Amino acid sequence: MALLTIHEPGQTPLPHEEERKLAVGIDLGTTNSVVAMSRAEKSEVLRNPDGGSAIVPSVVHYAADGTVTVGEAARDLIDSEASQVVSSVKRLMGRGLEDVKSVAGTLPYHVEIPETVAGSDAATAEPQMVRLNVGNRVLTPVEVSADILRALKARAEAALEQDVEQAVITVPAYFDDAARTATKDAAKLAGIEVLRLVNEPTAAALAYGLDNGAEGLYAVYDLGGGTFDISLLKMQKGVFQVKSTGGDAALGGDDFDHAIVEHILAARKADGIDDTIDSSAAKRLLKVARAIKEALTERDQIDVAVDINDRETTHSITRTGFDAMIAKMVARTVSITEQVLDDADVLPEDVKGVVLVGGSTRVPAVRAAVASLFEQDPLSNIDPDEVVAVGAALQAEALTGGSDNLLLDVIPLSLGLETMGGIVEKVIDRNTPIPVAKGQEFTTYQDGQSAMMIHVVQGEREMVDQCRSLARFVLSGIPPMAAGAARIRVTFQVDADGLLTVSAREETTGTEQEVAVKPTYGINETDMANMLRDSMVNARGDMELRLLTEARVEARRNILAVQAAMKADAELLDADDEGAIAAAVTELETAMAGDDRQIINDLAEALDTASRPFAEKRMDRGIRRALAGQNVNSVGT
Amino acid sequence: MTAASKHTATTGNGNKICWSCKGPVDAVALFCDTCGAIQAPGQLDHFARFECARDFNVDIDAIEIQYLKQQQALHPDRFATKSAREKALSQQQAASLNEAFETLKNPVSRAEYMMRMNGVEPEGGEGQTVNDPALLMEAMEMREALDDAGDRAAIDTIIRDVRKMARDCEKEVATAINGGAYDAARKLTTRLRYLLKMAQEARAKKARLAAA
Repeated sequence: MALLTIHEPGQTPLPHEEERKLAVGIDLGTTNSVVAMSRAEKSEVLRNPDGGSAIVPSVVHYAADGTVTVGEAARDLIDSEASQVVSSVKRLMGRGLEDVKSVAGTLPYHVEIPETVAGSDAATAEPQMVRLNVGNRVLTPVEVSADILRALKARAEAALEQDVEQAVITVPAYFDDAARTATKDAAKLAGIEVLRLVNEPTAAALAYGLDNGAEGLYAVYDLGGGTFDISLLKMQKGVFQVKSTGGDAALGGDDFDHAIVEHILAARKADGIDDTIDSSAAKRLLKVARAIKEALTERDQIDVAVDINDRETTHSITRTGFDAMIAKMVARTVSITEQVLDDADVLPEDVKGVVLVGGSTRVPAVRAAVASLFEQDPLSNIDPDEVVAVGAALQAEALTGGSDNLLLDVIPLSLGLETMGGIVEKVIDRNTPIPVAKGQEFTTYQDGQSAMMIHVVQGEREMVDQCRSLARFVLSGIPPMAAGAARIRVTFQVDADGLLTVSAREETTGTEQEVAVKPTYGINETDMANMLRDSMVNARGDMELRLLTEARVEARRNILAVQAAMKADAELLDADDEGAIAAAVTELETAMAGDDRQIINDLAEALDTASRPFAEKRMDRGIRRALAGQNVNSVGT
Repeated sequence: MTAASKHTATTGNGNKICWSCKGPVDAVALFCDTCGAIQAPGQLDHFARFECARDFNVDIDAIEIQYLKQQQALHPDRFATKSAREKALSQQQAASLNEAFETLKNPVSRAEYMMRMNGVEPEGGEGQTVNDPALLMEAMEMREALDDAGDRAAIDTIIRDVRKMARDCEKEVATAINGGAYDAARKLTTRLRYLLKMAQEARAKKARLAAA
């Protein structure tokens, strides 16, 4: 390498080849998943080696012998081995038992949801993550998602003929903190380093924006299998700013299928057939319903025969009939969209383009509703099933290879704390740009109160029990004071992935407590460690590799910084210092070519020591100049 | 050199040690002029950050251009392949940049920020109640009018009226703050907050009506 390489501040220099890993974009969908890869801002979805579809159905089959199958092959087993197949698991990400009971009827599978889990005490335990009984295994949604991610990683590695370790993974904008954390945990289990969680609509906008060089306001209407998202983005000068987002985490094309199933069952009942539906029949019916829905995209009418318990009936379903079945759901998406426009103080006619995402936007009634609201035909020249993965891949390339474009996202749901009487005090409002850090002061309400419960919630409602509980922790060690005298500052930090960290501090004494919010419904550290051990023999090796990479990155930064300083302040450098620094740099570079993290770190430390006399001279001069009333930065540049 | 790092060179707030190259660096610099490393956020007021005068009547479009330019350089997405320390610093810088922009963008938070800069605590903050009878009466009447409004047209009229009142009130806030009349500014800012909240509630009610 050149001895002196000066980079523009803030611009990402290209990492050295040996450190540059392939990073892909993954759309981890409710019904289908897609993996894509971008080079030179050209994004391409990765297909099976034998060509074929880009889509990997998000369906996992767990065989009795422990074999795990993902995708088409697993979907084909839905009929015959219903109890060993899991689909639409995304709907359960970050969800607790209570949530699941309320949506249980709409879940497209009938795996057992245990009331209590062996080894836990239901009375005292925190609400816990759902576990699924699949065949003879008990699995969390995180583990099932990890199996899907492993399959996508394998597909990418086969297509690219290289190891793939990093990815941008997309999540619905409306995903709360628990669901985001669950997604990150799943990636960890699958051996994927998440470069960034990106909101699906934002990724879709990126896919269109880069293609079209668009400026102005754009709406992204994303109706997937299980979730609905609507986002409003402003694109200007290469920056994609999310203005407002809204949605429903439990509304999607699966609900359309259910509406058809209900219609068929109702028709059979009218014929005097009282069906008892077991899990296998339910899955078969849903498959028929999906076929009907898809057929009605092209056709005005379809006739099907349904055979349950050896009673066959035929049904004729028209597009108009289907439109009526889903009218309420479509209307709900329209009213959420209007709310999002209102939030951003925007009228439908201000929107320059509407992007459609998700397979469910193929339904003509959905397209018509969107077109009528915005009074324009929506954009759909990128396949709505692939557009999110395409955007994610572009973002993965931007993060690893540098880019002129930037995504500025917002927090989708307000974050707050429980205060007296179960009322929520909002700390960060929804649609606030991230990353963000905000603090709020609270006080004690009893004389001598020595501890305070901090209960973090997410949602828009005023009462705690109507919002989602994210975490509880106790700030203890508050010195005895009169009620109202303590000053407790609670700080919320949300990173660029939309993940929250909360810290609390009693200001008068400095008593402090910090928690990375492990959602109430999340996986705890011990379970995570166990899962990693069980599922990944080479987990430790991966961790070592990551630390080694980090040591190299840090060492390289160190060398570049010293060299930049040597160039800038050459006149302060005497021959002894220069020789010592040069020797230390050479040794460090040799170590960096090797694999011993400890030696790299030690030699980086040695470089620090070798350059210290020079650094002190630079500081001395800086101080002298400052004292002389001169501005350091205006001198010598 | 990016504009983001350039403008801080003129602030002259003294030096600190760059954590990366160990040399001197301006206390409010975003990046080290020598080695280019991102720095921890310094004590920089929001107006100075966007290179504009401390005037309530800000040119928010000009500020937004500055904001986007600085985000281009500071956002964590620019540091995805960098060391953990640089990632953390970029996170802090981007968060304080967001806070600065959000504060100046909203007229109420901008007014409150300017009052605090001048040592005046705004009203209606944490734990404080507002007891201006005229304002309370006005708020009550507006709320009743909104409750009575039964269709979209009626709500649209309310939204239009409230917006006009908010615009006028914002002008009064500007005059009071720029003229140093902080007592008046406190009251006016409270009223502006009420008016904006009312407009928001009216919009929400309209959306609810549309959904029903």
